[in-house]
Amino acid sequence: MSPIHYVTLSVFLFVIGAVGVLIRRNAIIMFMCIELMLNACNLAFVAFASMHGNLNGQVIAFFVMVVAAAEVVVGLAILMAIFRARRSASVDDANLLKY
Amino acid sequence: MTTLGATGVLREMWLLIAFPLFGAAVLLLGGRRTDKWGHLLGVLMPIASFVYAVIAFFTLLGETDRSRDLHMFTYIPVGGFQVNMGMLLDPLSISFTLLITGVGSLIHIYSIGYMSHDSDRRRFFGYLNLFVAAMLLLVLADNYLGLYIGWEGVGLASYLLIGFWQYKNSAAVAAKKAFIANRVGDAGLSIAIMLMFTAFGTVSFTGVFGAAKSGGSGVATALGLLLLLGACGKSAQVPLQSWLLDAMEGPTPVSALIHAATMVTAGVYLLVRSNPILALSPTARLGITVVGAVTLLFGALIGCAKDDIKKALAGSTMSQIGYMILAAGLGPAGYVFAIAHLIAHGFFKAGLFLGAGSVMHGMDDEVNMRRYGGLRKFLPITYVTFGLGYLAIIGVPPFSGFFTKDGIIEAAWDKGGTSGAILATCAILGAAITSFYMTRVMLMTWFGTKRWTGGTGGADKSAHPHESPSTMTVPMILLAIGSVFGGGFLIVNQRFEKFLGPVTGVPPTSHGFFSVPGIIALVLVVGGFGLAWFMYARVPVPSEAPAGSFPVVAARKDLYGDAINESVLMRPGQWLTRLSVYFDNQGIDGLVRSIAAMIGGSSGRLRKLQTGYVRSYALYMLFGGVAMVALLLAVRL
Repeated sequence: MSPIHYVTLSVFLFVIGAVGVLIRRNAIIMFMCIELMLNACNLAFVAFASMHGNLNGQVIAFFVMVVAAAEVVVGLAILMAIFRARRSASVDDANLLKY
Repeated sequence: MTTLGATGVLREMWLLIAFPLFGAAVLLLGGRRTDKWGHLLGVLMPIASFVYAVIAFFTLLGETDRSRDLHMFTYIPVGGFQVNMGMLLDPLSISFTLLITGVGSLIHIYSIGYMSHDSDRRRFFGYLNLFVAAMLLLVLADNYLGLYIGWEGVGLASYLLIGFWQYKNSAAVAAKKAFIANRVGDAGLSIAIMLMFTAFGTVSFTGVFGAAKSGGSGVATALGLLLLLGACGKSAQVPLQSWLLDAMEGPTPVSALIHAATMVTAGVYLLVRSNPILALSPTARLGITVVGAVTLLFGALIGCAKDDIKKALAGSTMSQIGYMILAAGLGPAGYVFAIAHLIAHGFFKAGLFLGAGSVMHGMDDEVNMRRYGGLRKFLPITYVTFGLGYLAIIGVPPFSGFFTKDGIIEAAWDKGGTSGAILATCAILGAAITSFYMTRVMLMTWFGTKRWTGGTGGADKSAHPHESPSTMTVPMILLAIGSVFGGGFLIVNQRFEKFLGPVTGVPPTSHGFFSVPGIIALVLVVGGFGLAWFMYARVPVPSEAPAGSFPVVAARKDLYGDAINESVLMRPGQWLTRLSVYFDNQGIDGLVRSIAAMIGGSSGRLRKLQTGYVRSYALYMLFGGVAMVALLLAVRL
């Protein structure tokens, strides 16, 4: 299989994730969409790594996963705090930090 | 002449200044606690200085080199700037010191009586002592910076004393006017001192006079004219004359001490002290004589029309100082007579002012001579002392004024050429006018019918003229003695010439009395007397001032001095300030405000981007990312 299929799939997943972040209000869903974008990137990395026949892309994919895991830990903690305070997971309700 | 270091009793010459300064400090810092005995301390201090001055005078007389310098301390040594503060006692400064402390002591004694009803008498004495200390510093400093400190000190004391009754609006305004007019002159003096430092690197008298020749005539002329400006301010000479007449708002002893005998003569001292500079610049000397000649006529004309006895005397002071300035401009021929006239004037004018104060004291502070008349029966001592001062000022031989004024007229005559003739004419005319207005004052105050009401008449105003207490009459008597004999003592046998000569140089030609110009002056003096008698003794004096012709009205308004100042200086000054304010508000503030408004407005709009919605931030990031990628691709291709 040529890398083009993997890259195409990766683009589709990334776009779904990006659109999801932009149009959804639920913070959990937005998080999932971010994970989707990260994973789309991972897919692309892995595909290119296999195409070039070295391990750089594979290693970076692991780094991304670690960062994603760490990010989720912090993000979900913030989310919990916001939810406790406002009884809502909608990001539009947390809009106090503005002009 | 060589200046030696001070030795023996002269090492303590700082006491001269320290006594009155101590008095001022105690009286002004002590406050009401010192009310009971304050005036006594205030009188004691100048007397102590006077006693020391007499001792110092006789110590100096016994020496051949009569100039002593006392180094005191170095004032703010910074890099190349070094001023050795010290005191210089020489024939010139000891003459002034004796005059200031002597006449000053008498006026202090007089003030005990004159101010006895004033609840602020202690403060008055504090200011007077401050004045004496500053005036002594002015004449005793051995450098221009020390002189300047004293110069400003007497200006301050003058301001405080003119405005002593500051609850009177006229007094407060007069004080401010005097201070501001003086500032103009002071600016001239301070620039002169800066110029000296720039040109010669020193401000001490010996240093400046030694280096003056090397500076060239341009520097000497500039210095001479700047010093003249300083003298004009302090000595009320045209064009800075306008403050002196208003300064009469102060208590009468102040008018006598500061605005007649001592402070206003500081300008003459400054010019005479700077004689080595003036010697290098004929231009500056000419300027000085012109100012003197103009002022002596100007003041005399004003004196002719004033009904206020103190203002008439103030015009006379201006005129007499004009004589001194004129003499100081004549070079070595005139210096001695300038100082001699100054000392004689110190006696007779202080005596006249104290006499006027005594009349006011007895007449319930009435100053309008049209409400006097026939007072000689009621205040006999004042009448006699005032009369002797009068004879001295109009220059009747053998009274003081004759000798000293005659010397000035002769010196102007001897100058020769057109300028000499003009100056001598002015001086002689001035003598005639002096005779006229002083006779007018005499006749209106002491002779004729009584024009005051009350007392024996018993009307609205409770004026019952009475002779003043002895604290007031004794100083007047002593000053009268000085007015009678002072001038003759100084001039006859060239006593003063020989004494002052080492400092100022001696007149080149020595002339006897009763020479041609002197006789012309005497004839005109008699003419002035006759005219005054004709106008004020033959016909009764109206108690309301008649409308008067144009010259009379002009002289009553100080020859439009105030109007000129107002239209030439004040109005354009106000326009300038208004223009500056407008430019500042509209131009500079407008620019700053519009920049601030622009930044504020645009940031207000930019702020709206911060919506607080996560989705908008995500969109910005997306756009940013897309733009970044697009840019990379574009660069690549």
